[in-house]
Amino acid sequence: MAERPEDLNLPNAVITRIIKEALPDGVNISKEARSAISRAASVFVLYATSCANNFAMKGKRKTLNASDVLSAMEEMEFQRFITPLKEALEAYRREQKGKKEASEQKKKDKDKKTDSEEQDKSRDEDNDEDEERLEEEEQNEEEEVDN
Amino acid sequence: MADGVAGRDKCGEQRLVSLPLSRIRVIMKSSPEVSSINQEALVLTAKATELFVQYLATYSYRHGSGKEKKALTYSDLSNTAEESETFQFLADILPKKILASKYLKMLKEKREDDQEEEKDESDADEAES
Repeated sequence: MAERPEDLNLPNAVITRIIKEALPDGVNISKEARSAISRAASVFVLYATSCANNFAMKGKRKTLNASDVLSAMEEMEFQRFITPLKEALEAYRREQKGKKEASEQKKKDKDKKTDSEEQDKSRDEDNDEDEERLEEEEQNEEEEVDN
Repeated sequence: MADGVAGRDKCGEQRLVSLPLSRIRVIMKSSPEVSSINQEALVLTAKATELFVQYLATYSYRHGSGKEKKALTYSDLSNTAEESETFQFLADILPKKILASKYLKMLKEKREDDQEEEKDESDADEAES
């Protein structure tokens, strides 16, 4: 749960990188413009979540799923995102499948650790975002305890 | 691709999403009516947010004023929120900027209007009693 208002902000460094990659080289992005886009992104998440939730409710489901998010994009008139999102979903599913198979393979090979899948996940992330992943996993655990 | 041999998935492939999923989840959960979100919905929302940031930036830049100066400014963004129907939902958080002097003048005018209304109302009250 969000306890401080900052918890609803997205990391500036990542937002800036995404903006820079989207614009032609050498475009100067004012500080105000960055923070405005960052705020807009948080609002976008909330808007998308609430739209997706309406679809879940219509389907009498409590858990938001991928199709709810895709329907939300259509409702929000971001149809242009649907194709890339479907591709991302495919890639994500392949990745999950790959990880699962990889860890099963490792289990067979070494037959050592029972929790190898969890460890693989964090090790496979190549860089500094390792910590975030770990944090996330911890949070997930906490959440499970809380609920 | 499907042949997920051990260690294959880590070789130079770009990460699917660069925004932190944990943070996206916190924002999603801050919406009171949402009870739970599955991992795929979370990944898709994160990805959609990335696309949104790209789209908002490029759209505002292309339609903005700073194109010759190679700059993206706040006013480009607030213009987008005001003019594009798709980005209309941002109008409240990306308000157009106005000069303080102009705002003070607006406030003053508004106050005068209110006072007049109050006066009218009290006149009406008096007339009633």
